[in-house]
Amino acid sequence: MTDQGGCRTATQVPERALDATSDELREPVSDTAGGEAPTPAPPVSPAALRRARRRAERITAGATELEQRLADLLRGGLISAEQAGASLWEETAARMVDAQAPGLANKVRELGSLASAGADAPVRLLEECALLHLLAQAWLRRDRLPEPLAATVRSRVGLTASPDGPAIRDDWLVLARYDISDSRLTTRRTWLHGRASGRTALLLSYGAAGRAPDLTLPVGLAVDAELTPYPGAGQPRMALAERFGAPAPTAVRPPGTTTSGALARYGAALRDDPWRESVPVTLDRVMPVPDGDGWQLADADEDHALPVTAAARSRPGLWRLVALSGGAPVRVFGECGPWGFTPLAAWPPGPGEAVPLC
Amino acid sequence: MSRTTATVAASLPDHWEDLVTTALLGTDRRTPPGTAPGAKAPSDLLDAAAAVTVRRRAGLRPARPAERLRPAPEDPRPSLPPAAARRLAVLLADRPGASGGGRRGAAPDLMELLPQWLQAANARGYAAPPQALPALLDAARGRTDLRPAALRFAGPRALWLARLNPDWRFALRAAPGGGPSAPDLRDPLGIRRLWQEGLFAERVTLLTALRSRDAAAARALLEETWATERAEDRLMFLDSLRAGLGPDDEPFLERALADRSRNVRATAAELLSALPASALAGRMAVRAAACVAVDRTRDVPTIVVEAPHECDAAMERDGVAATAPAGRGERSWWLGQLVEAAPLGTWPGRLGGRTPEEIVALPVADGWQGELHAAWCRAAVRQRDAAWSRALLGEPSAPEAGGPGAVSLAERARLLATLDAGERAAWVAGFIETHGLSEAFQLLGVCAVPWAPPLGRAVVDALNIARDAGSYPWSFSGVMGLAERCLDPSEASRLDALLAIPDEPEDAAPGAASYWSEAFQRLVTTLRLRGAMLAELAPEEPAP
Repeated sequence: MTDQGGCRTATQVPERALDATSDELREPVSDTAGGEAPTPAPPVSPAALRRARRRAERITAGATELEQRLADLLRGGLISAEQAGASLWEETAARMVDAQAPGLANKVRELGSLASAGADAPVRLLEECALLHLLAQAWLRRDRLPEPLAATVRSRVGLTASPDGPAIRDDWLVLARYDISDSRLTTRRTWLHGRASGRTALLLSYGAAGRAPDLTLPVGLAVDAELTPYPGAGQPRMALAERFGAPAPTAVRPPGTTTSGALARYGAALRDDPWRESVPVTLDRVMPVPDGDGWQLADADEDHALPVTAAARSRPGLWRLVALSGGAPVRVFGECGPWGFTPLAAWPPGPGEAVPLC
Repeated sequence: MSRTTATVAASLPDHWEDLVTTALLGTDRRTPPGTAPGAKAPSDLLDAAAAVTVRRRAGLRPARPAERLRPAPEDPRPSLPPAAARRLAVLLADRPGASGGGRRGAAPDLMELLPQWLQAANARGYAAPPQALPALLDAARGRTDLRPAALRFAGPRALWLARLNPDWRFALRAAPGGGPSAPDLRDPLGIRRLWQEGLFAERVTLLTALRSRDAAAARALLEETWATERAEDRLMFLDSLRAGLGPDDEPFLERALADRSRNVRATAAELLSALPASALAGRMAVRAAACVAVDRTRDVPTIVVEAPHECDAAMERDGVAATAPAGRGERSWWLGQLVEAAPLGTWPGRLGGRTPEEIVALPVADGWQGELHAAWCRAAVRQRDAAWSRALLGEPSAPEAGGPGAVSLAERARLLATLDAGERAAWVAGFIETHGLSEAFQLLGVCAVPWAPPLGRAVVDALNIARDAGSYPWSFSGVMGLAERCLDPSEASRLDALLAIPDEPEDAAPGAASYWSEAFQRLVTTLRLRGAMLAELAPEEPAP
């Protein structure tokens, strides 16, 4: 549920060079805080172009097959899909891997795990089927999409892009760092906040399953570094281009918003990328509040609250947040999506460094 | 999604429900309103569902907040220096199982340093960083020995937090003043009410707290309800008078000698015998003195013992247990109790004006020495008499000190506890220099931490000798562990020479040399860490 644009691209690491050439259109993303020119595209060989075209054809075949399978599914009803069990989704996912569309394959696999989501399962299943359908359709008609959206679609389908935005040099406060592992890969997600640019950046790094990725930036400290954004509208992923000096303590905290402000930001992000499942948000003046079996983050000054996501509820970080707050308002950074808020870092009411919650 | 938030727009849910129902049943069976049946029906349904899904997500609204928590009480203590706060996080992260594997290698056992860290932080009166409280509570949950120091350091916010998590309920039970009816010792009415109405554990806590503050008030409180308490409760309450025991307690204790319960009577007698000026101590002195005398008619003055022939009712009333345990003679059993309860000040006068040393040195006729000396040991411990303890301990280098003499190692450890810290350390150092480490573990356990320099040097030298002799290193792991926690951190620099892996003697256990080296490595690393740890907690030096 926390995936962002390029996070599936890891499986395609060997093809990185090839995919870079498939992004013929390279519009610089607006917002040129760094004020530097975009990196020039590498020269494209005819052989590479041919390979890229062949891969796009295979993905198109995969997307068409996926559409067919989704149509069959809806014709017979989701009830019958539930009865068919996980093997149905596994087989479809394998077909998408064959089609070299790992983004589609991962989404399909997630559908398989949704079938056991309990009372919500039919609703979640329909939502995700519909969004998958939207993605397949977007791929098939990518020529008619504005380029930033097309870049998002390419990345969601599983084509790796190279960072191409203008480099942004800033004091980047390390907000949070956590690893997600599956059977093949450990993905490390590092969230940064730029002091001068005000931008929020996501760095991804990878390690083989069971091994920690090597990029370890210290949470709570600031790093003077140059980051390069990846293509794709509104998406936060950037690459670490260069670091200047050692991480240093900082008093900078990202400015915060309210819970309704956070949801508004998520809603706005869907305009650029309807497949977004969360956005990075800093909430200010919120306090954790127990709510039945779960927890909420409630605005101190408004009668509003966001639920804490089920995944965050079972982490020890939640108790650190409760202890830090002590019933008083605190500032919290995290990921906000349709299933609630996942707290990742918080600041004490008084002075002090960010406290990691993940 | 619906559980996240309030709904978006009134018209959407109906439409959405319709789409979900159609999707569940299949478009072959049902066509949603506004779409045409046929081949395009599934695609139309998914188009519509995608639009609604994105609209629903884009239009999410926050939920209503549940009832907000009451704010945690303020912790007025100063916050930790930043380096100390980071150190605490590291110590707490080193949980059993977290690092995996039973063998430590050369890495320090951080969890073992936590008690010292907590003690030092408490001594300086720092407040715990709030974000460390969950890990502190988890650590205290797993280790009951940590609880008092951890909860004291954790402070009022930890109790606030513990009410929210059933895993941490223990903190509410364990913390003095943690319960809702925490006694305020300046509030006589509150104290009285809690004493009258409280649960047993609350009452013991109250009595103990009050006793340490105002001994007479605690005794008065207990006397008020004494007659109505149950026997086992009387025993526990009486035991809490041990702290701050003084001559003023004698009348109450003397009355308790007539208690219905034998255990209460015995405890009252034991407490009275620890008051050398009490009437009971005087009665015991007369009885004991009648049994022990110096026979001057022999070539060498010798102590002769005539154990009591009966245990009369008066003796029983004074706490002497009439029935000997299986395997012990009645008369020696009674003698032991009399001598144990008699004030030690009795003996120099009774035995020819001799000093304790001279008395202990006298031969004892007819094999009574063991019984007599053991009873004097118990008396010295009970009466906390350093002069007699010193005499009974003897010279640490004496050959019998190392072996099974009249005084066992456990008794020595208890005798040592009556000496001041410096003398205790010097005695144990002397013991180790003569007898090595194999018997020293128990004695080291009663020495003050950090070890005084002579003791530290004696331990390190003995370890070094043991290693050079090719001793089996695993038999020293207990002492090594103690040394890691108790050696003065400033000794670390003296240990550097020990870090090299020496040539292995031919008869040494295989792998012993590298194990020794690893153990010394860990010892040095741990000492350095402790040094850094304590320095971080020290207040900053004012600039000159």
